[in-house]
Amino acid sequence: MDNESGSSNGGHLTVEQAIANLQGEDLGLRVYAAWWLGRFRVDAPEALEVLIAALEDEADRTEAGGYPLRRNAARALGKLSDRRAVPPLIQSLECSDFYVREAAAQALEMLRDPAGIPALIALLKDEIPGTLPAPEPPYLPQPYDAILEALGTLGATAALPLISPFLDHPVPRTQYAAARALYQLTPDRQQANQYGDRLIQALSVDDLQLRRSALADLGAIGYLQAADAIAQTLAENSLKLISLKGLLEKQLQLTTPPDLSPGAIKVIDLMDSLL
Amino acid sequence: MPDTLQSLIQAVEAADSAKRLADAVQNLANAHLQGATPTLIAALGYNNPGAAVAAVDGLVQIGEPAVPLLLEQLDSHNYTARAWAIRALAGIGDPRGLVTLLGAATADFSLSVRRAAARGLGMMRWHWFPQDLLEIAQEEALDALLFVAQQDEEWVVRYSAVVGLQALAGAIALTHPDWLAQIRSQFEQMATNDASPAVRARVWRAQQLLEAGAARNPQPLDDKPSSLEETDWQTILQNLYARKSEERSVLSEGDPRRYRDLAAAISPQTLD
Repeated sequence: MDNESGSSNGGHLTVEQAIANLQGEDLGLRVYAAWWLGRFRVDAPEALEVLIAALEDEADRTEAGGYPLRRNAARALGKLSDRRAVPPLIQSLECSDFYVREAAAQALEMLRDPAGIPALIALLKDEIPGTLPAPEPPYLPQPYDAILEALGTLGATAALPLISPFLDHPVPRTQYAAARALYQLTPDRQQANQYGDRLIQALSVDDLQLRRSALADLGAIGYLQAADAIAQTLAENSLKLISLKGLLEKQLQLTTPPDLSPGAIKVIDLMDSLL
Repeated sequence: MPDTLQSLIQAVEAADSAKRLADAVQNLANAHLQGATPTLIAALGYNNPGAAVAAVDGLVQIGEPAVPLLLEQLDSHNYTARAWAIRALAGIGDPRGLVTLLGAATADFSLSVRRAAARGLGMMRWHWFPQDLLEIAQEEALDALLFVAQQDEEWVVRYSAVVGLQALAGAIALTHPDWLAQIRSQFEQMATNDASPAVRARVWRAQQLLEAGAARNPQPLDDKPSSLEETDWQTILQNLYARKSEERSVLSEGDPRRYRDLAAAISPQTLD
């Protein structure tokens, strides 16, 4: 669950220690420090600098050739909401490590900066040389879920025709990511709703992981029509509440505080029943 | 229909996969049979979230008769089962669960337990309490809920505290205008200052309902009378006094509230 109250002093580290650890010799401490700076949203300029530098780290390698520190640095940069991280993150989309590219795409989505769109499209088309596939089955060539979700959030309307074919991708999660992006990018509401409805259908599949994934997608797009289906699907209440929170926040954008739309009140009633 | 109960319990015992177990517990819970209580409580400890969710729902439906066994479960060393038992107690609102809920709402490591306990604290069966005990019980609930609303770092727990405070406001509106004023001023503060838009929205809703008098619906009329005995009430009172005297030594060394940030940092992804 996200930490919105912004406590910055939990855990064992101080900001200075974390920044020092990130530049230190101990690889384990470096990875932990990168995670920690993101977790507590440390927005000191020095933190940004060392994390950007860590995107080019060569010291920390897995047996398969992955870059654990780079992955954590990219994830942390997504949480710091400083757009100076955008160009180096775009650069990271060219990394050979699948998971670095995935983390970079997610971070670019969180930073809400459309500058990343051309590189994300190139990656979706698998046109960036030197990018190795995922080290695990089904050995996807690119982190499609993260790329599709980022394109949707960043409003990459030009990518619509490239995204549609992913509705038929063999991996269901990737289909959902495509539906989510298409919902966000389709200007005609009625047409967009058919993509939202696909995600509602995903709430009744047999696989719990897939239902969880659909819950996250519906929360991200705030699709009000899904409210009852979200409350009823078989999954943890915590995840249903996060999903409904996405619907509620979307409704709040439609009225002036403290007015609540009928949709907002409906979502609130459902959330109350899940506490 | 003892045959039905027997066969439903047997189905739980015979289940040989996580999915079948969850389904069997769900079927048993749906039957609303008091005799299912021990089996449902056992299902809280199977480390099967689907089964546990269904069992909690079933126990809440059974209500008061399930409380003594649930309180026994709280002594177990199985932390997950304990957390589920607290959720069931919160859903039932039985006075014997009050002190447990006070502790769970303010200091439990698990956010889903704090969340359930906060809501439960507002929705106790206040009409069951004898007058002298009601006063102290509601004041403790008010203090705990205000603490959670102000201090908890998780949006969903603060959200739950708002729901609890709204219900409590309904229960005390006529008897304690001073407490009502405290709740209103807490809401005013959160309506603009809470970091989470969802929590702010829930506060606006609570304010609307309070203004409309809709929250002033103190107790269900068709509810059965309490079957609690004199010894139960004595135990509740003793526990409440013990808790009050503990509070005076404000957050001493060893108070779990001191360690919550640390626990959150160690396992940030924990769900339920």
